[in-house]
Amino acid sequence: MTIRNFLVTGLLAGLFAGVLTFAVANVFGEPSIDTAIGIEEAGSAAEAPAADDGHSHEDGEEAGHSHGDEGTEVSRGTQKTWGLATAFLIVGPALGGLVGIASAFAMGRLRRLTPPQSTALIALLGFVAVALVPFAKYPATPPAVGDGDTIGQRTGYYFAFLVVSVLAMVGAVLLGRMLLASLRTTEAVAVAAAAYLLVVVVVGHLMPTVNELGDFPADTLWYFRRASLVTLATLWALIGIIMTALVARQHEKATLAHAKREMAASL
Amino acid sequence: MSQAIPAPASPEIAVPTIPLGQIAPWALFFGLLAVIALFFVSADQGAISIPAGNAVHEWVHDGRHLLGFPCH
Repeated sequence: MTIRNFLVTGLLAGLFAGVLTFAVANVFGEPSIDTAIGIEEAGSAAEAPAADDGHSHEDGEEAGHSHGDEGTEVSRGTQKTWGLATAFLIVGPALGGLVGIASAFAMGRLRRLTPPQSTALIALLGFVAVALVPFAKYPATPPAVGDGDTIGQRTGYYFAFLVVSVLAMVGAVLLGRMLLASLRTTEAVAVAAAAYLLVVVVVGHLMPTVNELGDFPADTLWYFRRASLVTLATLWALIGIIMTALVARQHEKATLAHAKREMAASL
Repeated sequence: MSQAIPAPASPEIAVPTIPLGQIAPWALFFGLLAVIALFFVSADQGAISIPAGNAVHEWVHDGRHLLGFPCH
């Protein structure tokens, strides 16, 4: 198995995962986005009945959402279908390819894990580091939540924490690998996991909290966040499952070919 | 028969590794590509705009929200 195999496998897995996750996001995610946009439009209509031709980002209240601003406007129908599909068809292969490359690094380097096992582990750790932990600190917000003036700051916090989480995970895996030389596997894994958690909990505690909810209804917020988490989990789980299955097949083939060569050589 | 019987296809064969030198250029090139692709879905025309406007933001709007990125 070459690095090229891994990248192509990851891209394929990501593509399939993206298509399926689009369906999940459309079914589970869109209702709460629609509700949130309804709340937002009701809010901005009540606040500024005079300025109905495009609220600006500068007024910094319920505004900050771009629907209705001057510029390109994409209809809700398109956003829910083609727009949503585009997002997942880009993010799926991008994440899948990255998981593929990380799995290529991991193959044969994580003690006795077979290639499909190390690939599955990479996808799981990727979900935790890239999706789950950043979500815990800076959870997804529906439309109508968030001040347009702080988008730069919030984006900065989010990606800074994402980078910390990913680096901490890479560090934890390397630490665990080093400890395997002197500790049992379970001990090494436990220490590495604790080190990762320590870093993200301390950094997460020190980083500023974002709370711009105002009086946004709690039920819609929860439905949206639950749908967002389900979407992220689906995407990563599918990447992991498809990728692991494909790697397992390739590894089997390679092992068989290897065994055949050995047989032929020994005759 | 002095010769050892060849072992049947066993899973005990050491798992091969791919040399880091072979992975590095792929990782760099694809990593860059992936970051650019993710940027357009996750952050473009929110905090930073390339190009100006809000067409990209509007198009991937719902995906950006559901994937947990700060949207606006």
